[in-house]
Amino acid sequence: MTEIVKRRKALSVNPLKASSTLGACLAIMGIGRAVPMIHGAQGCTAFGKIFFIQHFQEPIPLQTSALDQTGTVMGSYDYLKEGLETLAKKKPALIGVPTSGLAEVQGFDLGMGVREFRAAHPEHDDVVVVPVHAPDYVGSLESGFAHATAEIIRATVPDAPGRAGERRRQVNVLAGASLTPGDIEYLKETVEAFGLRPVVVPDISDSLDGHLAPERYAPQTTGGTPVSELATLGLAVATVVVGASMAEPADELRRRTGVPDIRFDHLCGLDAADALVMTLRDISGAEVPERLDRQRAQFLDAMLDTHFMMGFSRVAVAAEADLLVGLAALLHGTGAEVSAAVAPAYAPVLTRSGLAAVRIGDLEDLETAARETAAEVLITNSHGVAVAERLGIPLFRAGFPQFHWFGGFAKAWIGYRGGRQALFDLANILTALERGDLHPYRSIYGQKPEYRAEARTA
Amino acid sequence: MKPQDIRALMDQPACAHNAKGKSGCAKPKPGAAAGGCAFDGAQIALLPIADVAHIVHGAIGCAGSSWENRGTRSTGPSLYATGMTTDLTEQDVIMGRGEKRLFHAIKQAISTYDPAAVFVYATCIPALIGDDMEAVCAAAQEAFAKPVVLVDSAGFYGTKQMGSRIAGEVMVKHVIGTREPDPVPAAAARPGIKVHDVNLIGEYNIAGELWHTLPLLDELGIRVLCTLSGDARYREVQTMHRAEATMVVCARAMVNVARSLEKRWGIPWFEGSFYGVSDVSAALRSFARLIGDPGLAARTEALIAREEAKAEAALAPWRPRLKGKRVLLYTGGVKSWSVVSALQDLGIEVVASGTRKSTEEDKARIRDLMGENAVLIEEGSAPQLLQAVADLKADMLIAGGRNQYVSLKARIPFLDINQERDFAYAGYAGMAELARRLALSLESPIWKAVRSAPPWRATAENSLPKEAAE
Repeated sequence: MTEIVKRRKALSVNPLKASSTLGACLAIMGIGRAVPMIHGAQGCTAFGKIFFIQHFQEPIPLQTSALDQTGTVMGSYDYLKEGLETLAKKKPALIGVPTSGLAEVQGFDLGMGVREFRAAHPEHDDVVVVPVHAPDYVGSLESGFAHATAEIIRATVPDAPGRAGERRRQVNVLAGASLTPGDIEYLKETVEAFGLRPVVVPDISDSLDGHLAPERYAPQTTGGTPVSELATLGLAVATVVVGASMAEPADELRRRTGVPDIRFDHLCGLDAADALVMTLRDISGAEVPERLDRQRAQFLDAMLDTHFMMGFSRVAVAAEADLLVGLAALLHGTGAEVSAAVAPAYAPVLTRSGLAAVRIGDLEDLETAARETAAEVLITNSHGVAVAERLGIPLFRAGFPQFHWFGGFAKAWIGYRGGRQALFDLANILTALERGDLHPYRSIYGQKPEYRAEARTA
Repeated sequence: MKPQDIRALMDQPACAHNAKGKSGCAKPKPGAAAGGCAFDGAQIALLPIADVAHIVHGAIGCAGSSWENRGTRSTGPSLYATGMTTDLTEQDVIMGRGEKRLFHAIKQAISTYDPAAVFVYATCIPALIGDDMEAVCAAAQEAFAKPVVLVDSAGFYGTKQMGSRIAGEVMVKHVIGTREPDPVPAAAARPGIKVHDVNLIGEYNIAGELWHTLPLLDELGIRVLCTLSGDARYREVQTMHRAEATMVVCARAMVNVARSLEKRWGIPWFEGSFYGVSDVSAALRSFARLIGDPGLAARTEALIAREEAKAEAALAPWRPRLKGKRVLLYTGGVKSWSVVSALQDLGIEVVASGTRKSTEEDKARIRDLMGENAVLIEEGSAPQLLQAVADLKADMLIAGGRNQYVSLKARIPFLDINQERDFAYAGYAGMAELARRLALSLESPIWKAVRSAPPWRATAENSLPKEAAE
């Protein structure tokens, strides 16, 4: 059982946490022709926009209701309605409205705000509006993402159980926030390899995968799960849920559709990868394609080749719960030790992580724990650069945000293929440390010319 | 190199092979040969001399595929790790421009890197086409006022050991004895301690493991004039003739250097190992015995008592984890017994040892350590090794890098013990590292994973690799 060390500090130093508001925005950006509009002050959006632009190296469609002093004191319903109307005129398929901490503390009734907009603007009835309570004082990016996904399902999936399996090849995939666009691409390929048709919700691999679209400018997402597809989730033969954090949307989807689901805390490491393949085999009734045998064999070979480096290595990891638990599984599978583990917020999955202890905290906590446990490598987001520098150890980037860094969003971690590449990358980092090398020793009697030259100048 | 020179080098009275009239080194069998050529051996022996420009005179095959492939380390210059070759082309060969190119190559190396000396390694092609490398080196030495030493080590002269021997001979003939040692630095003088000079031959400072033993020798008041050749400098090699004792460290191939030092300068020598607690202690005692200073002997005993206790404490946590584990050791020459004792120190059972390149004396030592019924593996092709691991129920294979992937593919834990390795196992402190690496591999969770069949095939067929094919 993992010991959860709660946050005890008043001050969070070098925060690890990204807000649940941003998580909600990210989920909304996984829907086709969608735009999120944070109901809050402009800064909530401006900061978030930069956060995602730097991470994905993409223009990010993210709007704000631009709450000001007047709206904050006098009530902000008009701001919401005006914002929704402005966006709706551009005819997106879906507008997501995460609240900010400001709107929630104000006592804003999000449901009423949206109902008022609907009543006032029947001409925009074809635009789905998804209200999401996402104050930044609750949870973190991962939980905000999951909650927004649940709200998207509430808003778009008919409450009509009993039609499960009408589309015998369709498999819904609820893709949690720990999955990168690269992960989701791999996941879709794997599902397709069994002759199944994946419908991923939300699908950031279709919207934020860094593709050059024909449109010169798009005010909404240029990819993602089409809203029309969301209406068909109830016809699928099964739902695969990836990420322990996705319990709420998974429960909601199952309740509304009766489609059976299979849930994975994560898909990192051999056991999870095997379990995914077995699940897809059971769903499809098809033989496992030989290419997966080959991928598995390649992953095992990578485990062999890298175990000299990975074994007994001490790795400090700070990440959102799902990613942290997944990385721990991958690392433990190769004999590496997670010497320090930090998550930004509590999640039940942490207790079944196989880790001795997880600290709920920040990158300062990670820095302290990494130093105390003599960690050799740091795995966390780009804010870890300075931490790693101070510790004098290398950083392996994972999670949000990865700025000043190319392609972090495209890297896959899951399954045989992602696991294999992650092991190669980590082993390369460990090899570059030249850990086996001793500190050079200079004999006091040495006849070496440079010893004497240095002695003279000293 | 003339045939009679090669024959002379093959005659090694100190080598047990010699007594059987086997001409010193076994002849490799075409089609079933493993291991390097004479050039390889010469390079292994001398490349660690850090401040020398090592120029390989030949086509790209010799240097191109071998430079930077050894784990030797330096405390100072990194010139030894700078790959240099004349990279002969077809034009050079046909037009006979090899000599000219070599001369200019030496000039370039000297003007760019200002090395302490230049070593020119002759390879097969220039040896065959008849480049007069000796003349070129002499002319270059004259022209640039720098020692330019020819190491005539064409691959076809013989095996790797032969090449090391050639290299050693070149040092004896052209380098050793050309300079007197520096006085002991005043700062290093300690009252009551008389400093004694020694040589280490065949210590290559792999992964810096010399740095595990050098502090001990410093403490005892033993100055290493030169290691041939880990972290060595040219000017150190020059002074080897003034040592009071020589230790041949686990590299029988350069035993000729020790013999020459004994014959010409009367320096006694012994063969020893820095692997394993008991062997390190034995080596230190041998120095004390050959030098014959009672003060040194007393210091040595005190140091051994202290270091053995320290090593024991460092190894204690590993012992229960390693006890009773069975390993198959397949390595060459002296390591075939020196590593055995190191492993036995850890409570590991060595179920068999390879004896390729081992002398009769080496084999006798293995039998001493492992008992009369010790399994000796003379010929270790990959399938034979795997078969032996299976037959002897070994938990692990310890061998050189070339067998690493053979072992891993067969899902057998592996430890690299040869020159390419990245970890230092010598000295008292090296034992803890060895124990750690052994436990790391043996205890890794990957073994269970890699022996598992894909769950969707689990019932259909056996997951374990097919038995070693013939």
